[in-house]
Amino acid sequence: MNLAVSNILSLVTFLPALGALGIATLNRESKGNARWIALWTTLITFAVSLLIWINFDKSNPGFQFVEEAAWLGPIKYKMGVDGISMLFVILTTFLMPLCVLASWESIEERVKEYMIAFLLLETLMIGVFCALDVVLFYLFFEGGLIPMFIIIGVWGGKRRVYASFKFFLYTLLGSVLMLLAMMAIYLHAGTTDIPTLIDKGNLPVAWQTWLWLAFFASFAVKMPMWPVHTWLPDAHVEAPTAGSVVLAAVLLKMGGYGFLRFSLPMFPVASVELAPLVFTLSVVAIVYTSLVALAQEDVKKLIAYSSVAHMGYVTLGIFTFNQQGIDGAIFQMLSHGIVSAALFLCVGVVYDRMHTRDIAAYGGLAERMPIYAACFMVFTMANVGLPGTSGFVGEFLTLLGAFKVNTWVALFATTGVVLSAVYALWLYRRMIFGVLDKPSLKAITDMGPREIAIMAPLVVLTLLLGFYPAPILDVTAQSVKKLVTQHEMAVKATRSAAVAGQRN
Amino acid sequence: MAALEAYAPLIPEIILVIGALALLIYGVYRPDNDREAAGVTWLALAVMVVAGYAVVEAGPSSRLFEGAFVDDGFARFVKLMILAGAGGALLLCFDEMRDLRAFKFELPILLLLATAGMFVMASAGDLMSLYLGLELQSLALYVVAAIRRDDAKSSEAGLKYFVLGALSSGMLLYGASLLYGFAGTTSFAGIAAAAAGAGAGQNLLLVFGLVFLIVGIAFKVSAVPFHMWTPDVYEGAPTPITAFLAAAPKVAAMALFVRVVTTAMPGVKPQWQQIVVFLAIASMVVGALGAIGQTNIKRLMAYSSIANMGYALVPLAAGSPDGVQGVLIYMAIYIVMTLGAFACILSMRRESGPVEDISELAGLSRNNLGMAFALAMFMFSLAGIPPLAGFFAKWFAFLAAINAGLYWLAVIGVVASVIGAYYYLRVVKIMFFDEAAAPFLGIRAKEGLVMVVSLLLVLGFVAPFIASPVVEAADVAARSLK
Repeated sequence: MNLAVSNILSLVTFLPALGALGIATLNRESKGNARWIALWTTLITFAVSLLIWINFDKSNPGFQFVEEAAWLGPIKYKMGVDGISMLFVILTTFLMPLCVLASWESIEERVKEYMIAFLLLETLMIGVFCALDVVLFYLFFEGGLIPMFIIIGVWGGKRRVYASFKFFLYTLLGSVLMLLAMMAIYLHAGTTDIPTLIDKGNLPVAWQTWLWLAFFASFAVKMPMWPVHTWLPDAHVEAPTAGSVVLAAVLLKMGGYGFLRFSLPMFPVASVELAPLVFTLSVVAIVYTSLVALAQEDVKKLIAYSSVAHMGYVTLGIFTFNQQGIDGAIFQMLSHGIVSAALFLCVGVVYDRMHTRDIAAYGGLAERMPIYAACFMVFTMANVGLPGTSGFVGEFLTLLGAFKVNTWVALFATTGVVLSAVYALWLYRRMIFGVLDKPSLKAITDMGPREIAIMAPLVVLTLLLGFYPAPILDVTAQSVKKLVTQHEMAVKATRSAAVAGQRN
Repeated sequence: MAALEAYAPLIPEIILVIGALALLIYGVYRPDNDREAAGVTWLALAVMVVAGYAVVEAGPSSRLFEGAFVDDGFARFVKLMILAGAGGALLLCFDEMRDLRAFKFELPILLLLATAGMFVMASAGDLMSLYLGLELQSLALYVVAAIRRDDAKSSEAGLKYFVLGALSSGMLLYGASLLYGFAGTTSFAGIAAAAAGAGAGQNLLLVFGLVFLIVGIAFKVSAVPFHMWTPDVYEGAPTPITAFLAAAPKVAAMALFVRVVTTAMPGVKPQWQQIVVFLAIASMVVGALGAIGQTNIKRLMAYSSIANMGYALVPLAAGSPDGVQGVLIYMAIYIVMTLGAFACILSMRRESGPVEDISELAGLSRNNLGMAFALAMFMFSLAGIPPLAGFFAKWFAFLAAINAGLYWLAVIGVVASVIGAYYYLRVVKIMFFDEAAAPFLGIRAKEGLVMVVSLLLVLGFVAPFIASPVVEAADVAARSLK
């Protein structure tokens, strides 16, 4: 038991890769086996990852379950989680079995390769949240591009090639600049160890702005923030359902996670100086992309734009530098991970039946699909941020944090809540309510047991976290507190040094 | 006996040359057919293995002929890379050259002689030995590029290679003569001593000599703007020869470049640094942009190698031991990726013969997933995507540049690598996303072997037991350079 716990992060990270190896040994015809192996692998991974949560010490703000091994001189293989990253690991492992289930029938072509790509992607995603070495982080962060490129390009829709290239090249361009910044940090600090870099913090102020911008280039694209969000609608629309789910639920979170892990602790002064930039972009994202979402004819595109708007709250919350804002941002990311995943899965359900994502092709689904309508309702409300759903908690805390810092920013951001109600409810009305008069929909069937099994945990979580967010907030509280305190101290130290410099 | 022992550092070169001459005599007396050619090729490989053993087992570092021949850690590391590149390419020769009806026993012998020339290049400590090594290598390769005498394209490739190569040799010689005029000596150490004084950077003889010398070498590494021969020669030469040209000679020329600028020119570093920075940027950008429009996979690989030489020059521009280490690591990984990619290209065969159009790869993932996977990994690795080996190559290259304060060079480099990623991705796209074309014939054993070994190295470089020894050896090699 002790042994298992001491290496549990590596175990969780590489279990899916093992499963992928297992599938690779199958012959091409055994589609069923590939599906079952993938499902069991992801389920076992999820079960093991729950051990992390169970053994997690909430009162410890530092890194836990730390593992370290030699790798390349000063570059170490080092894994560990704290209150900020742990829940993202759980989110990833929780969603993967659902992704596999969602692809059960909709993927008929090249099932084996599909499952391998997904399992490898899971390994890389978990690795991102566990890595405690800058190079290792980059390895996982960037490596995820390969399977995702393949997933969009091979199993995607009509414009899959365009979307996959755009996704890959956009993300790569942001990331390589971050890579250079990582090299600069390494050369300055002489280490690539993330905890050391966080605690030492505060690189030379002259460098911070450049390094911050380089990291920002990567995380802003990944997030994605306006105006570098344009790859996202394309990628979302063309990706297969499970691909969209992973993209929205996990890959986007890497941007926010990166801000919390790198930008804030390592470049505190630059973060403060450039916070107005982030606020501006976030508010534009919230208002503008909400309006864009309103004009969409394609369900997936609408949800994609709403994701960009919701990510605006996350960046807003992170750069308030206070406990509520950052707690809210993390909560918002987790909640969005569940809700946007669920929404894409909902789209997948009707897409599998009708093979169109056109909003106009639907209408009156409530008549023939009552269970579906109910599920969709819950997620729509969570997307709007209705109290009682998980979406509310995150947005509320974020806005609270924002009000403390800048009323105007908070005011504009709050209008986004109204706008999200407009597009989400309108979408719901057009698809679910009304008269079912389209002949093609007359024979549509409600969700089957497999689909209900996918939706049920998501519905439960959405409501549970809405009413009782404590399990999440308890986990994040100490680590966020440490982050905020360290950040304040670093900024104060720099300011007083600057003042002292002026006096002399 | 003691007099002979002094020549011990030359043993690897002696083995190669005597091996080549002995095989030549042996080959002349054997019937002229494929089987005999294959036999000679196997023997040539054996000679390379023995030479490699001699490199590894050599004694302490030493200099011969008043410093004209340097046997140090740097030279040994480079020689092992050359042997890996040459041996791998030689393995690819067997079946393809037989199928092209161009498998002559002279081929392995010429390649052995070229390898001997590259060895001398790696050890050159004097302008004379530099030129001797370079020409021995080049002359052998001119012939080899044109070995299909009855094929217009192959002859054209050989001729182009020869004419432009001769031009570059001429420039190099002119530069060397200017340097001799400046320093009164041809040894690198002597030039370094003469160029050490203040104001050396203003001396026209020195600066012009330096520029012409670098131009000559830049031709050999096919750095932009001296790259024009590369796509034509790569396309025209038989594919195994292209693989050979793309791997070992590039390493040797790059090693020569490193040694010349760091040991002969440390006093005028600002002068050569700006040239290297320019060559690096131009190669990375032109290589990336030029490749986009290519439809022939060998031409694509030509532009890819131009771009890769640009990346390898990035750490050289730093001019520090880390920089040299970066060059060595880059070249080591480059050889592996290149040979692997060429093994895949050689497996693009149909009943009608080899095909070279990128579009012929369409839907390869449906017909032959293994090969499609391997080629995709080489492409991603060439694009520098982690966790593949190519990422580590770029990591060490750019790390050295950042450490030397060459921020803009690094930024332009990574941006060019994103542009470059586009055409590598295009190959992956054609293999994985497009509808399947007619399947290829099965992969032949030797191509398969090269492919698998390269693939394992590209995938496995992330493992500490592969990466650490290479990185450490490159470090030791870089620090032995004086």
